[in-house]
Amino acid sequence: MPQTIIGQFNPVAVMFFVLFVISTLGITYWAAKRTRTTKDFYAAGRSVTGFQNGLALAGDYMSAASFLGIAGLVSTRGYDGLIYSVGWLVGWPIIMFLISEPLRNLGKYTFADVVAYRLNQRPIRAAAAAGSLVVVITYLIAQMVGAGTLIRLMFGIPFEAAVLIVGTLMISYVLFGGMIATTWVQIIKACLLLGGATILVIMTMYRFNFSYGELFSQAEALYTNKFLEPGGLITSPLDAFSLGLALMFGTAGLPHILMRFFTVPDARAARKSVFFATGFIGYFYILTVTIGFGAAVIVGQKLIMSIDKGGNMAGPLLAEALGGNLFLGFLAAVAFATILAVVAGLTLAGASAFSHDLYVGVIRRGQAAEKEEVKVAKIATVGLGVTAMLLGILFKGQNVAFLVGLTFAIAASANFPALAMSIMWKRFTTKGAVASIYTGLTIATVLIILSPTVWVDIVHKSEKAAWDIKDKVGKINKDLKIAAPGQALTPEDEAANKKIEKAAAMEIIAADAAVKGKIDDLNKGIKTAPAGAALSSADTDSNKQINDQIDHILAAESPRVFKDKIESITSVSPKPQPIFPLKNPGIFSMGAAFLVGILFSLFGRDKVAEAKYNDEKIRSSIGIGAED
Amino acid sequence: MSNKSSKSIKKTTEEILEDSDFKSLYSQKNTISVILTILELVLYFGFIALIAFNKPYLSQKLSGAITIGIPIAVGTIFFSWVLTGIYIFWANNKYDVLVKKVKEKIGG
Repeated sequence: MPQTIIGQFNPVAVMFFVLFVISTLGITYWAAKRTRTTKDFYAAGRSVTGFQNGLALAGDYMSAASFLGIAGLVSTRGYDGLIYSVGWLVGWPIIMFLISEPLRNLGKYTFADVVAYRLNQRPIRAAAAAGSLVVVITYLIAQMVGAGTLIRLMFGIPFEAAVLIVGTLMISYVLFGGMIATTWVQIIKACLLLGGATILVIMTMYRFNFSYGELFSQAEALYTNKFLEPGGLITSPLDAFSLGLALMFGTAGLPHILMRFFTVPDARAARKSVFFATGFIGYFYILTVTIGFGAAVIVGQKLIMSIDKGGNMAGPLLAEALGGNLFLGFLAAVAFATILAVVAGLTLAGASAFSHDLYVGVIRRGQAAEKEEVKVAKIATVGLGVTAMLLGILFKGQNVAFLVGLTFAIAASANFPALAMSIMWKRFTTKGAVASIYTGLTIATVLIILSPTVWVDIVHKSEKAAWDIKDKVGKINKDLKIAAPGQALTPEDEAANKKIEKAAAMEIIAADAAVKGKIDDLNKGIKTAPAGAALSSADTDSNKQINDQIDHILAAESPRVFKDKIESITSVSPKPQPIFPLKNPGIFSMGAAFLVGILFSLFGRDKVAEAKYNDEKIRSSIGIGAED
Repeated sequence: MSNKSSKSIKKTTEEILEDSDFKSLYSQKNTISVILTILELVLYFGFIALIAFNKPYLSQKLSGAITIGIPIAVGTIFFSWVLTGIYIFWANNKYDVLVKKVKEKIGG
């Protein structure tokens, strides 16, 4: 097995990371002097160009999950990982065709400005802020927990310290440099990430003579043709459509993405920025998929999964294999920067929902001095940052994968329908908007809790684990050879049965972490023969001794563990079943949000809002009166 | 929204709405947005439908080890971007011209 230094303290990575931090803090210092008004703080003075905003949007969107996660998914599951990456891109054209220009023409700092344009300010702002804040906080927790784990793996520093570093830096960028600093952090991060991934792909393809045919035939040779075909990721069509809807329209409802359209001078620049962002993000996903397949061939699934079961280290491992410690350090620092930039964007979006919508719009009824608003936004930044750090530490070691699905489901259900209907539908009313937002928010949250990802995997975690082991043992035992009546087992069959029993015992032992750890430690002592040579007799003896010890533990412990842990659970509680069968509720929660919004609007006409629609129509189409 | 700008719109709101250039701009923009949105939906959910209902099709070999599914997936990403390119090409060359024309008419 090739060796890796991942998981150990890596001075090269730290050096690159310190360089990144120094340069971004320098930019923050520069930005702080230019951040005086609310327009500077929330919208970078609307001075960002279309190209810059395209890069910054890409920076906001390309999270560590999409960089490390998709490469990992492709390296371990092949084609299924590719399917996933497609889903993350397809929301962008929707943003361009339906949202970006009206958003820029109608809004000021948050998407609630647009929804509230011709409706009653206070109820709309309260509802939209609730939708934004829930999305921001769930996404922040997911990012923080991911950050802590990844940074621990790559830099060898403790989880809590990693969360504190990320949290402190993210607060500093937003607090002192507002949107100007956040934008430049995004731009630098996007360039580093796109550049780093490009170099990694060139180095990978060099190994395959720049031929994808070569790469895929080697992948096929190692992992059979199944690796290049759609597999188990999508089993139920309804599940697939539901997740697809959430990914597509959730992208168009993420507050930190929507907020970026207020940083450009006009609608023309807004549309231009989506074109660049879509290009950068699409290019990046194609690179990531190549990295995933390359890692599967060059590094090998065995090593990738031994470092991290989800495959998250596939990219860094490939970098190490091709470019050594230096390149690994660079890529680890880039991943760190990636997380930082995303959480900074989220924090700013959350802070603006709090100050601009909740504080000024609801509490002060639109009457607050600019200075006061910026001050509240800064307090909210610190509050959100500290909350994110605390929740990140609280959720340490928890399965937070569902949070990303929840974020997109809520964004697609609470934010997108209200935004789209307020722009496109004359008859849309305040009651319709408020009902639509709260319906989307509630249904998405409740259905996620009742879905397999939370109800089975988290709420009934111990039952699921016990049943999984019982099922696995049952499957293994199926292969046990049974002697024909009146005959003894052949010696071969007996040997095969012994192997099967040992495999079953190993599965059972997995229920007891202490015993499992003991066996894993013993297994580490097993010597392997150097290539082309036989094992020395001393090593053979010691291996045999170790195997005997393991067999002894299995014989003594596995019946006890089975009875105590597995049998006691599976005999009492049935196999856990989700109450809501789909993994992502998008199709229902988004559908309900649209339906409720339409029904409430149709049953309670709002003539004032309808009359204002003509103004909205003109402003959204030609930009007259748009904020500058 | 400042009072000044809302007043200047109000004065001419009905006139602008009745203006033939504004009407044409508004309907063109809606048509192209709706068509491109539908194309994107067909593109993506067509891909999802293939995975859900016709896995064997995607598993066919194209050349060597490469299956048809790989260029289809990459193509979905690429054509999504091409669609945004089509929109921006139209908007820069047609839409912006109409917007400028309407704005000049109403002195905005």
